[in-house]
Amino acid sequence: MNGFSLWPPTASEQAARIDSLFIGLLVVAGAILLLVAMLLLVFSIRYRRGSSARRGELPEFLRRDVELGWTAATLFLAIFLFWWAGATQLRASDAPPNALEVHVVAKQWMWKARHPNGAREINALHVPRGEAVRLVMTSQDVIHSFFVPAFRVKQDVVPGRFTHMWFRATKPGTYHLFCAEFCGTEHATMGGTVTVMEPEDYARWATAQPQEQDLPGEGAALFVSLGCSGCHAPSAAVHAPSLQGIYGRMVNLADGRTVRADAAYLRDSILLPKRDLVAGYEPIMPSFEGLVDEGDLQSLLAYLESLRGEISR
Amino acid sequence: MSGLTAERAIPDRPGRAENYLTAETGLASWLLTTDHKRIGLLYMAAITVFFFLGGAAAFLLRLELFTPEGDLLSADSYNRAFTFHGVVMVWFFLIPSIPNILGNFMLPLMIGAKDLAFPRLNLISWYIFVAAGLIAVYTLVSGGVDTGWTFYTPLTTAFSNGNVLAAAAAVFVAGFSTIATAVNFIATVHLLRAPGLTWFRLPLFVWAIYATSIVMVLATPVLAMVLLLISAERAFGIPIFDPLRGGDPILFQHLFWFYSHPAVYIMILPSFGVISEVVTCYARRRVFGYSFMVYALLWIALVGFLVWGHHMFVSGQSLFANLVFSFLSFVVAVPSAIKVFNWTATLYRGQIVFDAPMIYALGFIGLFTIGGLTGLFLASVPVDIHVTDTYFVVAHFHYIMVGGAVSALYGGLSYWWPKITGRMYPEAWARFAAVMMFFGFGFTFFPMFIMGFLGMPRRYHVYPQEFQVWHVLASGGALILAVAYLLPMGYLAWSLIWGRRAIANPWGATGLEWQTSSPPPTENFDTPPVVVQGPYNYHPEHEGPPAMDREPHSPQGGQPV
Ligand code: HEC
Ligand SMILES: [Cu+2]
Ligand SMILES: [Cu+2]
Repeated sequence: MNGFSLWPPTASEQAARIDSLFIGLLVVAGAILLLVAMLLLVFSIRYRRGSSARRGELPEFLRRDVELGWTAATLFLAIFLFWWAGATQLRASDAPPNALEVHVVAKQWMWKARHPNGAREINALHVPRGEAVRLVMTSQDVIHSFFVPAFRVKQDVVPGRFTHMWFRATKPGTYHLFCAEFCGTEHATMGGTVTVMEPEDYARWATAQPQEQDLPGEGAALFVSLGCSGCHAPSAAVHAPSLQGIYGRMVNLADGRTVRADAAYLRDSILLPKRDLVAGYEPIMPSFEGLVDEGDLQSLLAYLESLRGEISR
Repeated sequence: MSGLTAERAIPDRPGRAENYLTAETGLASWLLTTDHKRIGLLYMAAITVFFFLGGAAAFLLRLELFTPEGDLLSADSYNRAFTFHGVVMVWFFLIPSIPNILGNFMLPLMIGAKDLAFPRLNLISWYIFVAAGLIAVYTLVSGGVDTGWTFYTPLTTAFSNGNVLAAAAAVFVAGFSTIATAVNFIATVHLLRAPGLTWFRLPLFVWAIYATSIVMVLATPVLAMVLLLISAERAFGIPIFDPLRGGDPILFQHLFWFYSHPAVYIMILPSFGVISEVVTCYARRRVFGYSFMVYALLWIALVGFLVWGHHMFVSGQSLFANLVFSFLSFVVAVPSAIKVFNWTATLYRGQIVFDAPMIYALGFIGLFTIGGLTGLFLASVPVDIHVTDTYFVVAHFHYIMVGGAVSALYGGLSYWWPKITGRMYPEAWARFAAVMMFFGFGFTFFPMFIMGFLGMPRRYHVYPQEFQVWHVLASGGALILAVAYLLPMGYLAWSLIWGRRAIANPWGATGLEWQTSSPPPTENFDTPPVVVQGPYNYHPEHEGPPAMDREPHSPQGGQPV
């Protein structure tokens, strides 16, 4: 993390791929810059006022063909670079299905992370080397941005919705974690470290952490204590939809639309139940706006997700 | 003066009574003037004040960043300083600078008109601008704002302690001035061109101002609306962007960047115009590919509206949207590249004179090229994800807007200074300042590319030790740059009193603005000029410039025979 260097540490799979694209762009940009600089220099010297270089009319081909030529050339170059960058992005866009899922909640001015086994940490993140790690992130107040330069990843963390990013660390070590989106007074110090450990060290570390219930377990407890089960449990007397296997299913709404019950939908169902009414039910579900915070929401969603059981995946 | 046109020689200087500077005297004659030339000078005065204010804030920032600790400014004052720097430089310096100083002054002269189409609208737009500026200054003295010039929600609407409403009001009001000026320019170009001045005989500066004005008229209302929405949410609690009440903070970013990306072109297109005038004049050649230059301007103005999403690659926007915006951003780079190539090609077989404006212009081409090429990095989604919101982006847009637009402003000011004031500035000092500006700029901003790539986030007043080398380089460069910016103010002011008197056309340029005395009479031209050919007749169409001396060139038009 210290010392003079011209290249940031390269500690993830993405980093290596992005670096080769970056080098490619450097070469292309360098070549164009050199071309322009050389032309400027050569013309400036050769055609300085009073020099003996030949002037006169421009050759015919210079007047039209060259103009068309470099317009076409830059256009092709632009499309080529787009294709290259786009392909690089597409290759890495989705996390592998078995990725380790870590939940991150940002708030002014702190990062809170929560591992699948319930281990929690603040302004720090420990991850195993070689394993895909998927971060599911949200914010309690303003927009922040989770930035690990050594991994070449960055993702805004937005209140009111979940954003995701994933990486596969390749080199053990400790790296900077920054908040990259201006978020108020202490923005500059809202950071910490990301520590990449060998998988066995990570396992040891995770179990050594003060254990709490895992996310779905905590969600299940909330589901009872908040009274959700009073309506939603199969035995309940109230007419409310069963939430078994809800996550990821298609839901028919009262207004005729069909939507997928993804995280955003479920979140809205809890906070703004009147917005998307399920077909065939009365709008009796109360809003839990203000009663649950982002952490609770994450637990509830994790619980609902766990109800999906063997249906998919 | 040119032997070709001397049939009815233009007097180099008008009599005292006709000179727009001396025709009337007294404070009221300035504050109530409807003469576009005087209003141009009023703008110059106001904008210079804002340049100082924004520059002072930048100076504080760079001073603080000398060391990794926060020893000079507290977190809050640093945040307020960079917000003030951004707001003032964008809306009170860069956007109005070239259009309102040089455009206001030169546009009617270059198309052979007596004034802008709506002279009183022109004056009122200056007053609106000054009022907006006063609100901006009030924002600062009443405690400042700490949101960044981008005003991201929900920080701005629900969490910031600063005086957001005042800042929003300042920018909102300034928008009216922008729109008024733009409408005026558009009407002027449509209605008041001299006889014979067809669209494809317009100098490229006129085209650039015209294209800019169209972007201003179409984009600024969106900014006005988004500022109103922010104020509604912050002042009256109407939920629009607040996610806790069903609002969408990302909606703000879409609206904001729908304005602010075109705003980048509002800041840079006018300098394209200046550079085209200067390069042709000092290379003594017709501009290479005139019609391509025009189409490139219009293409940029149009496609510039379709690329705003490239500021939001990490906002959680869908992959598909990211790729579409990435594609369009690569496409919009093409016309800018054409412009650079064409300026370069204009030098080919020229008779190049390295006067100060030309040095500024060459510096512009170099810095703009770097700024544009690094834009390719930012258009690439994976690379942008790494460098967005770091100093890489800071460096990139300063290369475009400071290395580009400010160099062009200084170049244009020098080029037209004899026309504006009737005085010559000291050439050696001017060349020195131009060279110093180029290198000072490089020292200040090039290190930012490196530290940005290394991961240094923007808007940090404290930072990890390992970035200090680059910050020290940047801060040192900023000192040089500050001197380079002040120097021209010094020698230009000096020239007002001690400068040699300028003749009507000291550079032997072809534009109509040089076909009247320096400084021009209040009515601009003694007899309305008639245009007989396209711009940049530095040599007969199918020949190159003659050897050695500057003449003969033939002006685009002149007094009717
Ligand atoms: C008063 C009874 C009641 C309570 C308490 C209640 N709900 Fe509901 N819920 C309903 C009803 C009725 C619907 C269907 C109508 C609608 O969409 O609002 C529903 C719909 C939902 C849906 C959408 C289901 C679908 O099939 O799309 C979700 C998710 C949900 N509730 C979760 C919860 C959670 C989590 C809690 C506890 C924090 C909770 N509910 C508490 C009655 C209730
Ligand atoms: Cu932050
Ligand atoms: Cu943009």
